[in-house]
Amino acid sequence: MKEQLNWQRIVMITPAIAFFIIFALGPMVMAGYFSFLDWNGVAVPKFTGFSNWINVFTDKFAGMSMLLTLKMMILTWVIQTPISLLLGVFLAGKQRYRSILGVFYFFPLLFSSAAIGITWSYILNPNFGLVNSLFHALGLSSLAKDWIGNPQLALYTIAVVIAWQFIPFHTLLYQAGTRQIPDAIYEAAEIDGATGIKKFFHITLPQLKYTITTSSLLMLTGSLTYFDLVYVMTGGGPGNATMILPMYMYKTAFMDQRMGYGSVLAIILAVIGILLSLVMLKITGFNKMESQMEGV
Amino acid sequence: MLSTAAKPVVHFKQKKIRKRSRLNPLLPLFGLLWLLFSFYPVFYMLITSLRSQAGFLLGVPWLPSAHPTFENYLTVLQNDFQKYFLNSVIVSVVTVFLIVFVSVSSAYVIVRTKTKTVRFIFNVFLVGLAIPIQAAIIPIYVLIGKLGVYNTLLGLILPSVAFGIPLTVLILVNFIRDIPNELYESMALEGITDFGMLKSLVIPLTKPALMSVAIYNFVQVWNNFLFPLVLTQTPDVRVMPLAVVSYQGEFTINVPVLLAAVVLSALPLILAYVFGRRYLLKGLTAGFSK
Repeated sequence: MKEQLNWQRIVMITPAIAFFIIFALGPMVMAGYFSFLDWNGVAVPKFTGFSNWINVFTDKFAGMSMLLTLKMMILTWVIQTPISLLLGVFLAGKQRYRSILGVFYFFPLLFSSAAIGITWSYILNPNFGLVNSLFHALGLSSLAKDWIGNPQLALYTIAVVIAWQFIPFHTLLYQAGTRQIPDAIYEAAEIDGATGIKKFFHITLPQLKYTITTSSLLMLTGSLTYFDLVYVMTGGGPGNATMILPMYMYKTAFMDQRMGYGSVLAIILAVIGILLSLVMLKITGFNKMESQMEGV
Repeated sequence: MLSTAAKPVVHFKQKKIRKRSRLNPLLPLFGLLWLLFSFYPVFYMLITSLRSQAGFLLGVPWLPSAHPTFENYLTVLQNDFQKYFLNSVIVSVVTVFLIVFVSVSSAYVIVRTKTKTVRFIFNVFLVGLAIPIQAAIIPIYVLIGKLGVYNTLLGLILPSVAFGIPLTVLILVNFIRDIPNELYESMALEGITDFGMLKSLVIPLTKPALMSVAIYNFVQVWNNFLFPLVLTQTPDVRVMPLAVVSYQGEFTINVPVLLAAVVLSALPLILAYVFGRRYLLKGLTAGFSK
């Protein structure tokens, strides 16, 4: 009896379901319907069947933006993972100076992506920006570049700024993960004569397996939503050099007012996100993660 | 006998500490270098926001100004900053309150009810974790328009609540599961209803978790950019991240004023970090490192 739904429980769970269905799940499903429309958001929508979906395959910008998204995904993962892993292991040590450093590492997380985008676009400004001024002052003028105005560099520059913003968060995850490794394992290894680097590769790294998965999953799905920073720093440019999928979707739907075609891109975005989550969960499994924690 | 047995242990521990601090001399060096890369841009933000316009153009950009001035902050405050700030406070506080309130009641029901329906509802919330805001924004824009709340603070609050719910429910379910069954049973013997259990048992016992999810959601909502960008239009409903971008249009050349606005826009989070670092850290990593 106690485990059944009664009217009180129905009253308690309904608001959350209502909010979630009306403003999150429902819109996701509606995006599916929209993807069959030719609609500018104002006029009467016209049902066009699969034409938006067919257009995606012939739209070279859509293909390009998917490639750029993939590139961004790999780039940000490659930059963030080793750095946050090392920093996390470093900060997990008990020395006081490390925890003080940790306080300062954390600051980038306090600002919105919009604020960070603006600040970095001035730091990287080709004329008076901090980065180029430093290079000139150090006599390394050849290293001074137009970081966000150069189509060859813009995507890399943005990937670095994204890493700057989110490494603190992943460092926290790795720090927590490292602290959960039992000291006994290290002690046993030391008795067997393991040295620093060996201990890192044979104990720390394997023990952090689940943290690496969690952090990577968050990075990869997160890279599908890097919109704010791109919008503020380059707006997808120069040319289309940073037109990653979320940016292209926004441009199509809200600037060119092609709601139907934008919805196709939105669905592709969601499907990639959900597939990524499923694949990663399959590899590790949250259940396994829990039992591992219990073992500790 | 006892003392001799204890000695090797102490000896072993000392040896261990020495060994550990000796390993990887490169790691502390890397740690220090990272300090430069991670904190210096923030420091640059601060010192530049305290420069005069002339000082910015003529001074040494990487050093603090010899004559710091708060004038830029005054300029920002005179440009409707309080209004935007207040909008952000209203949206964030109301959203966070609603998220936490509806999530904790659902999490309670999910933990305490063993029916297929509730199990299914929980799974639906879990699927919701994978929905990126970007993927639903077009229908949300249409829906908010149809509901007549486009360009209002309410129109920002409603979808923000929806997107905060899945992760919050998941985290709270994990915590409420830890409450021993006996507590519920003894309260049930006294004839306490589900509402009573939520109020006098679940909420007091999960307070730390509630604080964490509240902070996590506050940061998310305060810094959200896409909803305000798409769902509002006029300055009277402008919130912080959008305000900063609009200042960029207004003060294009006056970088110090703009960076003062950037610093002010993060003020609640900076203050939270300075005074309640522990809670903010917990809040931000809620659910990921449990």
